[in-house]
Amino acid sequence: MASVLINVPKAVRKGDVIEIKTLISHPMETGFRSAPDGKLIPRDIIYRFVCTFEGVEIFAADLFPAISANPFIAFTMRAERSGTLTFRWLDDKGGAQVETARLDVQ
Amino acid sequence: MRSLILALCLMSLPAWAQAPKTSSFDLMKPETQAMQRDDASNPAMLWIAEGRTLWSEKAGASRKACADCHGDVGSLRGVAVRYPAFKATQHKVITLDQQIQICRVQEQKADPWALESRPVLALSALIGLQSRGLALLPATPAEASTLAQGRALYEERRGQMNLSCAQCHDDNAGKSLGGAVIPQGHPTGYPLYRLEWQDLGSVERRLRNCMVGVRSEPYPYGSPEMVALEVFLRDRAAGLPLETPAIRP
Repeated sequence: MASVLINVPKAVRKGDVIEIKTLISHPMETGFRSAPDGKLIPRDIIYRFVCTFEGVEIFAADLFPAISANPFIAFTMRAERSGTLTFRWLDDKGGAQVETARLDVQ
Repeated sequence: MRSLILALCLMSLPAWAQAPKTSSFDLMKPETQAMQRDDASNPAMLWIAEGRTLWSEKAGASRKACADCHGDVGSLRGVAVRYPAFKATQHKVITLDQQIQICRVQEQKADPWALESRPVLALSALIGLQSRGLALLPATPAEASTLAQGRALYEERRGQMNLSCAQCHDDNAGKSLGGAVIPQGHPTGYPLYRLEWQDLGSVERRLRNCMVGVRSEPYPYGSPEMVALEVFLRDRAAGLPLETPAIRP
């Protein structure tokens, strides 16, 4: 689907509240704009973002047409143990972008 | 008498020559500045990531990647601050994006990319990033005639509004136009991510914006007039640090 940038802090200690930042390349076409031929451009937005840690959902968001292209989503979590973070972006074209990142707690 | 002459000299100088040169970064809201300072929140980094992939991707009939000739992209530190530059083999001044096109066709023997296309912007941003923090360089003697043409275009009134670039960006920089402050117009961060565009764009795209704004016919991408304006703007901004890839509202 697209290119993704994920930023998970390094050197995390147990109990720290950490900020995870994500950026995804996506047009977020609203469905309200018309092409030069006058026809509406069909809506194509990311409508849901989910982040899980070792299979447990820790953050989710519903997105709407007013959200800009290339959405930046940042959220916080409490780091209790090391594990894998899984990020999923679902879009109107039926695509799902799935990325993983490692969280290492010292 | 001496003070009168001094006063006359000062009056003849453009406003920006008296005011210190500043990047429009300083005019942005703190939130937008923070977005540019943190690479993890700068959407232009998506293009940088694409640029890195393209840099090492073999392409065209010669099956060469950018990296096969240039090595690590870090070797191009200092390149972006001297472009547009005079290219002896082309007998003219060309922009960095045009140089990317030339490499693509002549070295890689691949299909050309259009200016302002995503791969050109991605590579241009990646090369620009290598020079982040370096000062923009003044025009060289080989670029003198192009610089003069650029200056003339900058000072020429154009469009239905009959405005020149200089009337806003020299004479009235720092004052308000509607709700926005008129910037000095130094191209310190291109290609940059403009929140209004929701996209990465070159300085040429921004210049075309201004030309349409004064109701004049914009010059095509890569036209000699565009290149001349870019040389003049780089010379005018000389000394300011490069911010590529910047964010602008």
